[in-house]
Amino acid sequence: MANKKNKKLTPVQQEYQKFQSEREAKRPVFKNCVKAFFVGGFICLIGQFISSFYIYFFDFTERSAGNPTVATLIFISMLLTGLGVYDRIGQFAGAGSAVPVTGFGNSVVSACIEHRTEGFVLGVGGNMFKLAGSVILFGVFSAFVIATVKTILIQWGGL
Amino acid sequence: MAIFFWAFIIGGIICVIGQIMFDVLKLTPAHTMSTLVVIGALLDGFNLYEPLIDFAGAGATVPITSFGNALVHGAMAEAHQHGLIGVVTGMFKVTSAGISAAIIFGFIGALLFKPKG
Repeated sequence: MANKKNKKLTPVQQEYQKFQSEREAKRPVFKNCVKAFFVGGFICLIGQFISSFYIYFFDFTERSAGNPTVATLIFISMLLTGLGVYDRIGQFAGAGSAVPVTGFGNSVVSACIEHRTEGFVLGVGGNMFKLAGSVILFGVFSAFVIATVKTILIQWGGL
Repeated sequence: MAIFFWAFIIGGIICVIGQIMFDVLKLTPAHTMSTLVVIGALLDGFNLYEPLIDFAGAGATVPITSFGNALVHGAMAEAHQHGLIGVVTGMFKVTSAGISAAIIFGFIGALLFKPKG
């Protein structure tokens, strides 16, 4: 994609692009990965404590405990987002706080809070899935394709 | 107790994959999330995600990949009973907790908190 963009530029602009990409601050990839690993792992560890709690006290199984765990984590991320703590965690941890389901919760809740000044119907209702919508769209569509193909293979292909 | 350890490790590794997509492939968070969800759905299509959940517990159910897995799972469960139409009717059956919790708590959050600065 970068090459396609460069073709439209004049030689001087191309030179400048090269110049600025050389001077661009290198991202500390390794450091970021370590941070993401520990924060992400920690969130999953909390999730494991919550799901153990559900397995132990409410008779869920290891597989079905995922659902109440996810709901609980989204509740926690609502509190943290509302209090402004989650943004700070996000700045520190990058993907470590975005990839777990708390990041999904954070994107919905922060969009809700941000747009409440525009009213509850047009603001909160209309913008709720502004960021999380792409996740739902691609999740649902890919799941639809995969499940359809698999069902056809099972029913008519005798898989 | 081993499951707590593996939840930490596997959850951390999935987040590192996300971080690499951020930093090395230069994807936006939305692109990264969407890709991870599709990966989760694909893994469940090949029956690989359930073993991961058995192995790592919340390390596999908490990252966003489990959303894709849950969508395929619900669709397949219903498709076993009702055929192709079950793909559409069962899609959100398993993952309803995540979506409804996000909607409900999102709205409560908007009621409780005011935007900052």
